[in-house]
Amino acid sequence: MKALRDVFGETLIEIARTNSDLLVLDGDLATSTKADMFDKIFPERFLQMGIAEQNMVGTAAGLATLGFVPWLSSFAVFFTHRAVDSVRVQMAQTKANVKIGAAYAGILTGLTGKTHQDVQDLAIMRAMPNMTVLAPGDEIECRAMMHWSSTYVGPVYLRLARDAGPALFDEGYRFVPGATYQLRNGRDVLIISTGPQTARCLEAARSLGEAGIATGVLHIPSIKPVDTGSILVAAAAVDLVVTVEEHTIYGGLGGLVSEVLSASLPKRVVRIGVEDCWGESAPNDFLLDKYGLSASRIVERIRGEIAS
Amino acid sequence: MITPESDLQVASQTDLAALSRRGRWLIMKTVANSKAGHIGGPLSAMDLWIALFFRVLHIRPEQPDWPDRDRFILSKGHAAVGLYVAMALRGYFPVEELATFDKANSRLQGHPDMLKLPGLEASTGSLGQGLSVGLGIALGARMRQKAFTTWVMLGDGELQEGVVWESVQIAARYKLGNLVAIVDWNGLQQYGWPNFGEASPRSTRRDPWHGTHPGRAFEAFGWKMREVDGHDFDDIIAACEAARNDAVGEQPTVIVARTIKGKGISFTEGNHDWHSKSATAQELAQARRELQIGDDE
Repeated sequence: MKALRDVFGETLIEIARTNSDLLVLDGDLATSTKADMFDKIFPERFLQMGIAEQNMVGTAAGLATLGFVPWLSSFAVFFTHRAVDSVRVQMAQTKANVKIGAAYAGILTGLTGKTHQDVQDLAIMRAMPNMTVLAPGDEIECRAMMHWSSTYVGPVYLRLARDAGPALFDEGYRFVPGATYQLRNGRDVLIISTGPQTARCLEAARSLGEAGIATGVLHIPSIKPVDTGSILVAAAAVDLVVTVEEHTIYGGLGGLVSEVLSASLPKRVVRIGVEDCWGESAPNDFLLDKYGLSASRIVERIRGEIAS
Repeated sequence: MITPESDLQVASQTDLAALSRRGRWLIMKTVANSKAGHIGGPLSAMDLWIALFFRVLHIRPEQPDWPDRDRFILSKGHAAVGLYVAMALRGYFPVEELATFDKANSRLQGHPDMLKLPGLEASTGSLGQGLSVGLGIALGARMRQKAFTTWVMLGDGELQEGVVWESVQIAARYKLGNLVAIVDWNGLQQYGWPNFGEASPRSTRRDPWHGTHPGRAFEAFGWKMREVDGHDFDDIIAACEAARNDAVGEQPTVIVARTIKGKGISFTEGNHDWHSKSATAQELAQARRELQIGDDE
């Protein structure tokens, strides 16, 4: 399937054809984020903001007061780390109708290394009141989320992986903010995941199933808001819950699930993700293996947890 | 452009100096009442606000969401109490409401909150961000073919924030002639640096722009610069009108206003200790005398 960054560029164009208020603001990364596709079709609605992300966020908030719907294009790290105070004060505190296209989120960032890998973004953004935090798992979900975000009035953080991954959904998919998606059932273990990592979890679940460990997969594309009831229902059926995310194990999806379960359904939760360390430059397969996110490493870890 | 009705009403308010004295008194009184807020920065900018709200800005206090209004953003958000005083005097809300400043459930938050008080164009307080929002409004105004001007007031210490210079550069790139920055150059920040033995007639500590000039920095990025005496109404108003008329040009304007921190009251002028502090009863009485305020206010 297509890389999410291509879907990002194409969908901006698609929405802009019917929504004349949509603008794209770029932090001089358009050829990486694929916002340059939009510039080619709508040059008058593409605003190059230079390598100045804090200003870009404030400018977008100002544009939003005049009814524009600004979509921002840069790498996730530059929003959630470098410009985080502008995001906090000018978007989240004011409920500004600005959409962040957070490209190159996670660790699979095309050989860029730890400066460009964002494995704290979910933890940071979900802690912000008023912020909607979305992490699409595939092309179809990404497109649906972008259409929804452009209609919804309020700040949105869209976590985009750089590369292509397997498809999860067909054209019948409908995005509902907060909804979770049970993609596979299994009475022994429940894997909860988000973003393109869900595809690797499904592969792991199939292997575990073949080995006699019935493993379900719950996909949570909407980190905030989230239907906590559906997490409780899915978790109630199994003995072991495992969260897997291309993110630190602190405060992201694993944090979310642990918070929900500890409050009303105390249960053992194993959190798989980047441990307390920074990333590095390397090919995707190497990184997935090293940080325990490949299907085989997930299988290995879950077998170990069951045995222990 | 048609002069808004409310501007005609303001034309009868001839005594700007008296309005400023009353404004300065209300700052002292409000901060003393809430035992919170800032003094020095609001006092230095009071004449700028009175000139803006009573002579320069195209606004309708009775219709704060009027689409064609000028936008005013206080980027140095910690001076909020002074902005609230100017807005109250101009009729956005009753002067009595100033008593709620910084208290529970007040619309008058310690730093401006645009979701709480109609008439505020941005939420500020984390320094340096106001100009970026003003830039977006000015850019959007041009795209929407709106004729209004966007005004952003910054502090001289605030210019130390890097994001300001991101905005300065990008505003010049987009040739936003409809954007005006006003720098309240009062020569003092909260604590800053000592004078290092050099005499300073203006203040107890070193000027953040000691030995240099904030307007020159804006000019280097391609802005037009005007310098005014920030306590001279004619000077301020003339510069603002010139800046507004430049809106047809291709450069944003910075108005550098030379001011005195704590202006108007002998014991607060030029004294960094009064950056944020509330007055005692005795100090209030002295301020009242010096500002020529009657016992009933």
